[in-house]
Amino acid sequence: MFFTIDALSIIMLIVLAIVCVVVFFHSFTYLRRQKANARIKAIYYLSLLLFIAALALGYISGHIVMTWVFTEVTTLAAGVLIYHHRDSLALESVWKYVFVCAISVTFIFIGILFWSLALLNAGSTDLSYTSFYNLSDRLNPFWLGLGFVFIFTGYTAKIGLFPMFTAGIDAKDSAPSPSAAMLSSVLVNLGFVGIYRAYAVIARSSLAAFGQTLIIVTALITLFVATVYMVKIANFKRMLAYSSIEHSALVSLGMVLGPAGCAAAILHLVMHSFIKSGLFLHYPQLAVFYGSKSIDDMGDYFNRNPFGAVVLVLGLFCITAVPPSGLFVSELGIFSAMIQNGNWLVLILTMLFLTVLIWAICKSIFRVVFLPAKNPLAAPQDVKPHTFESVFQLLLFILAIAIGYFTPIKLISLIAEATFLIY
Amino acid sequence: MRELLLILFLTSIFLMSIANRMRGYVKILAFQGIVLFALSIIELGEIHIANLIWISVETIIFKSIIVPAFLFHIINRNKITREAEPFLPHFASLIITTIITTALCIGAQSLPEGSIDRYSFVAAMSTIFFGLYFICSRRKLLSQMIGYMVIENGVFILTFAVGNEMPFLVNLGVLLDIFASVLLLGFFAGKIGDVLKDNSINSLTSLKD
Repeated sequence: MFFTIDALSIIMLIVLAIVCVVVFFHSFTYLRRQKANARIKAIYYLSLLLFIAALALGYISGHIVMTWVFTEVTTLAAGVLIYHHRDSLALESVWKYVFVCAISVTFIFIGILFWSLALLNAGSTDLSYTSFYNLSDRLNPFWLGLGFVFIFTGYTAKIGLFPMFTAGIDAKDSAPSPSAAMLSSVLVNLGFVGIYRAYAVIARSSLAAFGQTLIIVTALITLFVATVYMVKIANFKRMLAYSSIEHSALVSLGMVLGPAGCAAAILHLVMHSFIKSGLFLHYPQLAVFYGSKSIDDMGDYFNRNPFGAVVLVLGLFCITAVPPSGLFVSELGIFSAMIQNGNWLVLILTMLFLTVLIWAICKSIFRVVFLPAKNPLAAPQDVKPHTFESVFQLLLFILAIAIGYFTPIKLISLIAEATFLIY
Repeated sequence: MRELLLILFLTSIFLMSIANRMRGYVKILAFQGIVLFALSIIELGEIHIANLIWISVETIIFKSIIVPAFLFHIINRNKITREAEPFLPHFASLIITTIITTALCIGAQSLPEGSIDRYSFVAAMSTIFFGLYFICSRRKLLSQMIGYMVIENGVFILTFAVGNEMPFLVNLGVLLDIFASVLLLGFFAGKIGDVLKDNSINSLTSLKD
């Protein structure tokens, strides 16, 4: 009753498993370079394991309350991970993160209360998703709509959409890179799963159009915000964090635009998880060379670390959805869905924002790779990252490309099955 | 009787909107805990005795004694100045609180019949939105914490309005309240208070674009 393993949860669990393997390897190198003592390592790995367990249980929750509970547990575990460095910046970001997530979790609870009223009107007290799906046409539209607004707003803190995306940005900036990789990939997926299952209830009711409009407007505002911040971005990790909210917005847009858009959105989310983890995991190598997060302090990366630079540029192509990136295929799917649905205004605005975003991210990464640093710092030259450290990122990018162009039949059938939940 | 208690509770948020001292806020929080206790006795009269004890412990012991004592302790230890330093004048706060409550009273007229008690709905939602406003409008870090507690109190009223049919949800709401409050308060006591001596949200501006 509390847990059900369906197509969506299987996809998310596989992504989680793959990302975890790479994150554990990089956590090992990260902590070794940091010369962390046994206590710090124990706290780090323990909270990482708790985080992974909460994510996995959150994906397979078949009960709205269980998804909510495990979302809260991820906040707790993520808080410990973000506070890893134990300095004032980490403290500031963890306070903001935990506070905003506490409010977002309260919002989800309020939404659940309203949905329980809708259920009571339909003569049921069973809060499992199956019960909501079966009774969706008998649920009171007022409570259903009001509840959805609260549930959706609550989950925006996890998926990274307007209005609660801010805490996630600071968290990814301060957290160790392997944890930031988890926060911007598999945690985003948990937010997506929460919204997806809630939207599936709304989409079956008379409020389908309302839910669709709410999500489209929120996604467009998120894209606008990401664009505005990205144009003047100065911090490498925050740039990646803003890129995450851009992709969350694209995925949300795809989800509400019919079965084809929804399938493209899930595929997009899978590939984004691999690519964004890879980029975040590459950051520690940049930190070794430049000792700073500021893009102005970085430069001439190609001469310093040729293999790493090639991997970084491949990551750039992947994240901006430039062929051969797999994201090109999924974004094409999302745009086709917009055209098929006649959402021309949404298409034009999305393309406009994406053009600026791609320009901004390319400008920053090409500056790091090819141009000399604006403010070169005295970099610690004695420690150089091993070439092997870039191999896992390369594998993640290649995996994302392969999934885009040679999508496994099994994955296609899983995605199709997952879209049946809504359409 | 229930309506009277809800009006008393709403009065406390109006008082909070014009109160000027940190200690005043904490006292109002303690008062709200007592009102919530009385409300829970009335609402949960027919429910199992164990449930009643559990809810009473949360309202009286947790909300009215432990949390306020803890907040007083933080105020004393970190020598937080007694002025709340709001961004807006008290008069504006009062107007905003009135607008929130009035809008919800009008909105509540269109609630579906027979699903929820309208008074509870207005009191709960006013408290939640006032809590959000309170968090945004006060400069001190501790007032964010107090604002969060106010939101939790609003959620508590809402849970009772809904939860007569679903005691499971009531217990869950209580657990959320205790868990999140302990997490945030513990954080406050352990770290923020010591590291950020300023104790103003201005000291939380290092992370920016």
